[in-house]
Amino acid sequence: MSTTENPTEHGPEGSEKQNGFENPGLPYHRPRRADVDPKADKKAERQTAALFGVSIVGTIVAIGSYMALDMTDEIDSIRFVNMAIGIGIFLAMIGIGLGAIHWAKTLMRDHEMVEERHALRSSDEAREGAIQNLKDGAEDSGLGGVKRRPVLIGSMLTALLAAPLALLWPQIGNMGADWNISNFGHTMWRKGMRLTRDPDGTPIKASDVTIGSAFHVIPEGLNELEHHKIEEKAKAVVLLLRLDPRDLNLQPGREDWSFDGIIAFSKICTHVGCPVALYEQQTHHLLCPCHQSTFDVANGAKVVFGPAKRPLPQLPIAVDDEGYIVAQSDFHEPIGPSYWTRLHDTSDGLHADDDTEGSSH
Amino acid sequence: MGARLDSAAAGTANYIDERTSIGGFVKFFARKLFPDHWSFMLGEIALYSFIVLLLSGVFLTAFFVPSMTIVEYDGPLATMQGVEMSEAFASTLHMSFEVPGGLLMRQIHHWAALLFTAAIVTHMARVFFTGAFRKPRELNWLVGFTLMILSLAAGFSGYSLPDDVLSGNGLRIIEGVTRSIPIVGEYISYWIFGGEFPGEILIPRLFTMHILLVPGLILVLIALHLFLVFLHKHTQYPGGGRTHKNVVGLPLFPVYTAKAGGFFFVVFGIVALVAAIFTINPVWNYGPYDPSPVSAGTQPDWYILFVDGALRLMPGWLFDVIPMEWEIWGYTLSWNLLVPALILPGLFFGFLALYPWIEAWATGDRGEKHVLDRPRNAPVRTGIGVALITFYVVLVMEGSNDIIANLFHLSLNDLTYFFRIGIFVLPALAFWITRRICFGLQRKDRELVLHGKETGRIVRHEHGEYVEVHEPLTDEERWVLIQHDDIAPLEIEPEFNDRGVRRKGYRWDRFKQWLSRIYFEKRISPVTAEELAEAQEHGHH
Repeated sequence: MSTTENPTEHGPEGSEKQNGFENPGLPYHRPRRADVDPKADKKAERQTAALFGVSIVGTIVAIGSYMALDMTDEIDSIRFVNMAIGIGIFLAMIGIGLGAIHWAKTLMRDHEMVEERHALRSSDEAREGAIQNLKDGAEDSGLGGVKRRPVLIGSMLTALLAAPLALLWPQIGNMGADWNISNFGHTMWRKGMRLTRDPDGTPIKASDVTIGSAFHVIPEGLNELEHHKIEEKAKAVVLLLRLDPRDLNLQPGREDWSFDGIIAFSKICTHVGCPVALYEQQTHHLLCPCHQSTFDVANGAKVVFGPAKRPLPQLPIAVDDEGYIVAQSDFHEPIGPSYWTRLHDTSDGLHADDDTEGSSH
Repeated sequence: MGARLDSAAAGTANYIDERTSIGGFVKFFARKLFPDHWSFMLGEIALYSFIVLLLSGVFLTAFFVPSMTIVEYDGPLATMQGVEMSEAFASTLHMSFEVPGGLLMRQIHHWAALLFTAAIVTHMARVFFTGAFRKPRELNWLVGFTLMILSLAAGFSGYSLPDDVLSGNGLRIIEGVTRSIPIVGEYISYWIFGGEFPGEILIPRLFTMHILLVPGLILVLIALHLFLVFLHKHTQYPGGGRTHKNVVGLPLFPVYTAKAGGFFFVVFGIVALVAAIFTINPVWNYGPYDPSPVSAGTQPDWYILFVDGALRLMPGWLFDVIPMEWEIWGYTLSWNLLVPALILPGLFFGFLALYPWIEAWATGDRGEKHVLDRPRNAPVRTGIGVALITFYVVLVMEGSNDIIANLFHLSLNDLTYFFRIGIFVLPALAFWITRRICFGLQRKDRELVLHGKETGRIVRHEHGEYVEVHEPLTDEERWVLIQHDDIAPLEIEPEFNDRGVRRKGYRWDRFKQWLSRIYFEKRISPVTAEELAEAQEHGHH
């Protein structure tokens, strides 16, 4: 392929022909009214000055509103003060803007001018000079030329590449705290821990949970945590639901994970981790409002629609001596969205599954 | 008085010049010419809304407390009384309800941010459709592209700062997506959040990113962007007297100082007016971040919506049988997150960034291009642009599918099914239709050049024939319609030379030829002078 400088350049130097037509040149300049009529000129000047005047008024309005208007606890009064200041700022700004533009459009030059462009490429002379300078520099330093010093160059490059690590290593190293990513695999739920209401933490009796109702649940003791309360909550929140036991298809191996139609699932979506907060009582569907993954509670919370792939993890529950609902254990798999080593944190759960299956036979 | 002022000005100028040789710069810049067109203001809007962001942002930093320490609210807002919240959220409420003008500044800041991103995207579209990215401006396209990405980073980091329930869920989504990255995802998540989500350090980190790192980079790149605009001189639309070798316009001082400078105040004024009247991001209605509650029908800011739409669009199970989350050798690979949130935006933005080079391969043109294209004269490029916009809009609509479903009483699931097909079909359709429209407009242009404008005047010939009188175009009008290049597909040298030796780089040339054929195989050439002469001959028979 040919690589001439400007293969589609139009015609010979200086000519402005294109497709055989001559460039007609700049159009005739029409004078504006203010260019020819002194009255129009004066009028435009007055209009511009008036617009600048609007700006001055706006500044006074803004400062005056700030000083004169009182803000009470009433939302309306707060809104009003902000609106008054805002309208003042609007006038202060728009007056200057429109004034300047009006000035430019009516009184300043509107007769277009022409400037030649120059190719961006440097002249051959300049390029040669640049190359010579770099060659001279390389020769002086031993980076190239006769006295090339490869050991010096190699050691310098290595040092330069390594040095940022001295800064980045501790920086990055510290930013991930303890890097204990196995925390993703478990929550604070333990055997015998009561299911309590979110947010006040009062325990829930099995008899409180009527058919069709849904409870937003946090683990007992969450509110009393000194550290990492919100991180634990972000993993441990649960939805507690009661279905008519006839509607509920218990999943194999999980026959004793629920109690008389009362069943608990992680509230954290297995897609990207939003709370799956919308429960449709009629269809027994749970819907995540973020990306609309839909889970069928009656069938082990399996995915019936949307971007999630896995069912919501189920929390095994039982009822203690006082009639309160308690957890049988932690979740048997990591809650929330998938991640690379998720199955490593699941092995525990798989064993537990096997156990329960064994005991139910 | 006047004379004294003049001599004072001269004295000051002399003082500065003797220490900076600024005189040369002023001589060079002051009368620099800029062409006039409304579409050149889009980039200005982006610049000015960024300045508004800096000004209002400084106000906000005086009151915002970037801390995740939990406090109990004790302020004028009755609904939040006694609620536990982070200091970040509490200080946001404080500046909104107890600082006169604070709510206004928050709203100016938020509206300006929305305008900033919108103006960048529109400006980018203008540059794309008019071919302003062609040589020598390819590198400046990349600078602008990077600015667009940075504006998203600036927007998202700022959106998250108030630590409300809505932005908290946005961060949770970011965390889920980050964790899905194979091998390193979990560690990156720990690195970002300083441990498990949400941790206690994220807001301070985002704050530094939002007020220092990102705006610093944006400032540097804006300087580079504008420097290159000066260096290249502005592009201009086709017209009489305008060529690739000149620039026709009005001088920076005083005309554009007044027009562009004035326009800054107009942008600021309008943002202030909108902020004074329309509430945005009322975090006091959402409440502080809590991992448990969420409400339906809540959308992120518009510029992030397309990612949310992609996440909604991607099924967890393809055709209900193929899982989009794979478990291989004990590891989990989540295509349902990787594809919509990382791979798809990566391809989309990667294509955009590289576009100037893709088109340069197809045209094989090495010349500097300073006269802009009329979009119709680049039918494939215009088609690609409209297809990209369609693709984007489908994702945005899927990201709002709950709102659309609610508004038009449609099934949410049906909408998602429709968009799942639409994401493939609609961009292709948009490309095809747009290219057709471009060809149609080009034919119309040829028609106008060859036969002139319809005048509406009907004349009856002696022999009874009625004809409409056509008026020939003026030279000026005609020039606009015929000034563009007629680009033919690339011709490449044969694979083997006369001695039967295979040529190096042949495959690469073949690829460029293939690309070139997509662009220029089917084309409508501009009227040539000979064609016009022939047509006129014909008309005068």
